[in-house]
Amino acid sequence: MIHKFKQGGLHVVLDISSGAVHVIDEMVYDILDYYPDVNIDQVVEKLKDKYTEEDLRDACDDVDSLINENLLFSPDNYENNVQFKNRKPVVKSMCLHVAHDCNLRCGYCFASQGDYQGSRSLMSAETGKKSLLYLAKNSGNRRNLEVDFFGGEPLMNFDVVKEIAEYGKSIEKLYNKNFRYTITTNGMLLDDDIIDYLNENMDNVVMSLDGRKPVNDKMRPIVGGGSSYDVIVPKFKKLVDQRGDKDYFIRGTFTKLNLDFAKDVKHFADLGFKSTSMEPVVSEPGLPYTIEESDLETIYAQYDELAEEMLSRHGTDEDFGFFHYNVDLEQGPCIIKRLTGCGAGSEYIAVTPEGDIYPCHQFVGDEKMKMGSILDESWDSDMSLVFKNAHIFNKPKCRDCWAKYYCSGGCHANAYNFNGDINIPYEIGCDLEKKRLETSIYMQAKIMLMEE
Amino acid sequence: MKHIKTVTKGSFNRVASTMGCGECQTSCQSACKTSCTVGNQACENK
Repeated sequence: MIHKFKQGGLHVVLDISSGAVHVIDEMVYDILDYYPDVNIDQVVEKLKDKYTEEDLRDACDDVDSLINENLLFSPDNYENNVQFKNRKPVVKSMCLHVAHDCNLRCGYCFASQGDYQGSRSLMSAETGKKSLLYLAKNSGNRRNLEVDFFGGEPLMNFDVVKEIAEYGKSIEKLYNKNFRYTITTNGMLLDDDIIDYLNENMDNVVMSLDGRKPVNDKMRPIVGGGSSYDVIVPKFKKLVDQRGDKDYFIRGTFTKLNLDFAKDVKHFADLGFKSTSMEPVVSEPGLPYTIEESDLETIYAQYDELAEEMLSRHGTDEDFGFFHYNVDLEQGPCIIKRLTGCGAGSEYIAVTPEGDIYPCHQFVGDEKMKMGSILDESWDSDMSLVFKNAHIFNKPKCRDCWAKYYCSGGCHANAYNFNGDINIPYEIGCDLEKKRLETSIYMQAKIMLMEE
Repeated sequence: MKHIKTVTKGSFNRVASTMGCGECQTSCQSACKTSCTVGNQACENK
């Protein structure tokens, strides 16, 4: 299986099963409409008005060379791989909802302004410690365990965050684990002491900001109204300035109300943030800010604009990264990960302040999706099996999709929210994912050519 | 080759015998939290 596309004056072809990527000329691009399904003589017949026979035969020889090296139309045998079929996933990642409360009132919040359709509550240190112990004991021989301190706003329960994080470190040796901590914060409560602590103890800090001040403040007002931008930007800058080489992301959300999000990502870069992310809003159909199919062309143009901006800054002091364009073509995740996706409900779980377990943070609050409790270590094996089996070969739309080994089936929560079935991907999400992947691959091809 | 330049030969097959170690980061834990891209996770054995 192959996928070819044109962008920015380049013609690109991907070999789906191997991950090979090639820049091709227009003639090969045209030839691949027919070849190798038809023979070279037939290709010559079909394209003789546009190209000479000699050139066409020469180009077909080039295509043959790639086919012989398994770099084009390579066979796909992953579905029947014994390791894949017999895999036994273990929980290795946890989203810890340390605070179901928030000090912002974001208009699009999927967590219902922090309480996830429940009462406002904070996780106790005891529940948090039990959660990390559960992770250490149930993660088999996986050594690297990820814990995201999430909310609501986790800094509203900062003392407990510290206590849980320190507890995790204290049991690492005993269980031969390495806890990696991330915190996702809106920044409102950051002060010098907290910044120091996060920079020392968090492997990754995700900071929420939607971009330019009017854009951010429209959807991310503080409780009672007012600008959050003015409060948080200086704090985020301070945190990043003191963070050294450790990971962070400045992360925004765009909605139908601010489809010109490329300007907001550029704003991040202009503020000095080098590691950026901007996500399409997750919301129910029909809301004023929900992204619709009719918005896709506008969004595609924004991804293009962002890519060209990044290319223009490449190799300069002004360059910056964008999460979805970070695709590692040489050595990304292993193939089993590419087949099975995010791991929600099998390798990844979310834990509420009350200790309830959900397949991921986006299912929290939907009682039907509760799959156990940290407190009594109950675990719905049947539900976990459903999630384990929600891999690309069990999703009809994914089986024949060229993006399947990059996207890996998409977000289960989006699929469930829009289609009522985790095996039916959310179509707009698919379209956006494919656009981001093409753009990312185009950028890498372009950079290779620029550096030649 | 006159008509083709290879950007990458790909890496999907590099551990076909074991299918990988499973240590790589859960995609939703890194930055997105709302949309899933697995292909941009880093390999732990790099």
